[in-house]
Amino acid sequence: MSALPAPRTTESLIQIRDLKKHFPVSRGMFRAPTDFVHAVDGIDFDIAPGESLGLVGESGCGKSTTGRMLVKLMEPTNGSILFKDGDYHRDVANVSGSDMKAFRARVQMIFQDPYESMNPRRTIFDTVSEPLAVQKIGRVHEREKRVLDLLRLVGLTPPENFLFRFPHELSGGQRQRVAVARALVMNPTFVVADEPTSMLDVSIRISIMELMTKLGRELGVSYLYITHDLAVARYMCDRIAVMYLGKIVEIGPTEEILARPKHPYTKALLSAVPLPDPTIKRTPVEIKGGISKAINPGPECRFIQRCPFAAEVCRTNPHPSLEARGDRHFVACYRVEEIEAGAQPTQ
Amino acid sequence: MTQTRKALSLENLETRQIDPTKPLLEVDGLVMHYKIKAGEVSAIEDVSFTVHQGEAVGLVGESGCGKTSVALSLLRLLPSNANYLAGEIRFDGEDLLSLSGEEMRQRRWKDIAMVFQGAMNSWNPVYRVGDQIRETLDTHYRGVMTYDEQRKHMERLFSSVGLPGEMLDRYPHEFSGGMRQRAVIAMALACSPELIIADEPTTALDVIVQDQILKELKRIQLEMGMSMIYISHDIAVIAEVTDSIGVMYAGKMVEYGPTKAVFSRPRHPYTYLLLRSTPSITGPRRQLAPLEGEPPDLLNPPAGCRFHPRCPFATEQCKTEDPPWVDLGDGHKVACFDYQRVPALDEALQR
Repeated sequence: MSALPAPRTTESLIQIRDLKKHFPVSRGMFRAPTDFVHAVDGIDFDIAPGESLGLVGESGCGKSTTGRMLVKLMEPTNGSILFKDGDYHRDVANVSGSDMKAFRARVQMIFQDPYESMNPRRTIFDTVSEPLAVQKIGRVHEREKRVLDLLRLVGLTPPENFLFRFPHELSGGQRQRVAVARALVMNPTFVVADEPTSMLDVSIRISIMELMTKLGRELGVSYLYITHDLAVARYMCDRIAVMYLGKIVEIGPTEEILARPKHPYTKALLSAVPLPDPTIKRTPVEIKGGISKAINPGPECRFIQRCPFAAEVCRTNPHPSLEARGDRHFVACYRVEEIEAGAQPTQ
Repeated sequence: MTQTRKALSLENLETRQIDPTKPLLEVDGLVMHYKIKAGEVSAIEDVSFTVHQGEAVGLVGESGCGKTSVALSLLRLLPSNANYLAGEIRFDGEDLLSLSGEEMRQRRWKDIAMVFQGAMNSWNPVYRVGDQIRETLDTHYRGVMTYDEQRKHMERLFSSVGLPGEMLDRYPHEFSGGMRQRAVIAMALACSPELIIADEPTTALDVIVQDQILKELKRIQLEMGMSMIYISHDIAVIAEVTDSIGVMYAGKMVEYGPTKAVFSRPRHPYTYLLLRSTPSITGPRRQLAPLEGEPPDLLNPPAGCRFHPRCPFATEQCKTEDPPWVDLGDGHKVACFDYQRVPALDEALQR
């Protein structure tokens, strides 16, 4: 491994090294799979305590798979997830049994769709207190007090009115607040949020974003924030990692990535975001085609087919590794210096 | 200013002139309620706007504000519990609400076509895409085109949206999301309509594909001199593709005007807060202003201005009286008693 995205502090909460997830492509019931979708294909990053890292990219780039592996909803094919929280040090890729339960007490997830992430037959109290029940923490009245505190914290006031209601009685925004409360009830150190605001209307979206940021700061929670919306990532994340077909192609501080993107894919992605101001004309970066699936991909750069700057060096060498290109800014591209110097598109 | 409107392929059948000052579609005082068990949902309440020839109009608002109901009303595709209580929808001077079912059917797709929300579900999965487009041609141009001409016409439609002609023989599942949406656009163009309604045309798509589709739509609209109605919750999309914009809240239109004017000088507090709560990737990273509260229940809409429970300026008058339309010039209109105070919101929020 060459230059790795350096953590901000020496003590990172999570260190991911060479994480991979390959899904077999079924060729029929009795045949062993010969093809694999390389959904996540060797990624490295660190998250510092209290930091929020945004994982952005188009659908199918592997960002949700990454998030699911970090909370162990999916087993990685390869790689390590080192998790360091107080005296809890584990390679999460290999935990199981009672160790898993201790891990789950520290890590939680918020899902995209507040209409489908809750059991419609269970009350808000049941939903939010379930982690406490699973972990066998407290008696019922203590749990009730904890749930009330959390509902108040996420802005569902007065909390007594919500305790014994069912999900269908709440609006989308209120449900997502319940999801935030459920994720925080165990006082986790790390929360994976998979598109938590993409189903919500813009006016409600802002209040959920503010709530998550505020609570993250107050409670010292680190976030992995998965989103396709770069504008939302700008307001939620300290750093952004851009994924393309299972690889991280660029990672760095949010404002740095938005102001000075260096990878051709990041540039194209940023240039395609519509702006809420009709007086600004965007300068589009044209890239060809759409994202495909990484079924048995070749060793060369994943972006080569769509890259306007693809050259011989990209074809003959393996996928570039992340190299430092500025303060905490890492880019995986062989031609980044030539492009900076004003290289013309090759196609 | 007139320009020749080129029909996509039925060259000799249709060559219309467009005049950007002439209204093509006029919605005038439309009131529509859904009748449900619990009572009447006041989904569209006195909505008026005009789409001129060749113009692109955007309707924005949050979910449940009635924007899709307006779009479906234009095609009269609403379910049977929708009651039109007042108003007119005039297309080329003719009131669509008074037409018979059969007369309306003749106009759908030929005069007004629609690109539906969610391209994934707009296709029948068991028929080839080409055969589904052929169905439209069969309905509206029966006997006008031979089988081979239909095929040629469809290939031209496909190439105009950037799809290879062979894709006509494929089934919907063989298309990617972006390709399916392109095919939906091709189908909407099949009878070269004068007006296309695009309801959240790119919502389910990735940003790069979204950008390609929006550009494609814009190019086709200009080339063919079509009028467009874009419906979206995404203010940024609307900002890029429309000439005029109508902001809807809880079944009512609260502000209408040229896109540039509304974005640079929003005069309704709702428009203002909507713009201020939209994150952007450019410009300084300004504080976002959340809109407190949630949209009202349209079974029992609030009296007076429907925005008053969430409005920072609400007065006693707003709670009882309907705000009148105020003309700000250049076609910019706003329905608010206190529109002059909106610029001061900026300072109020800064504090």
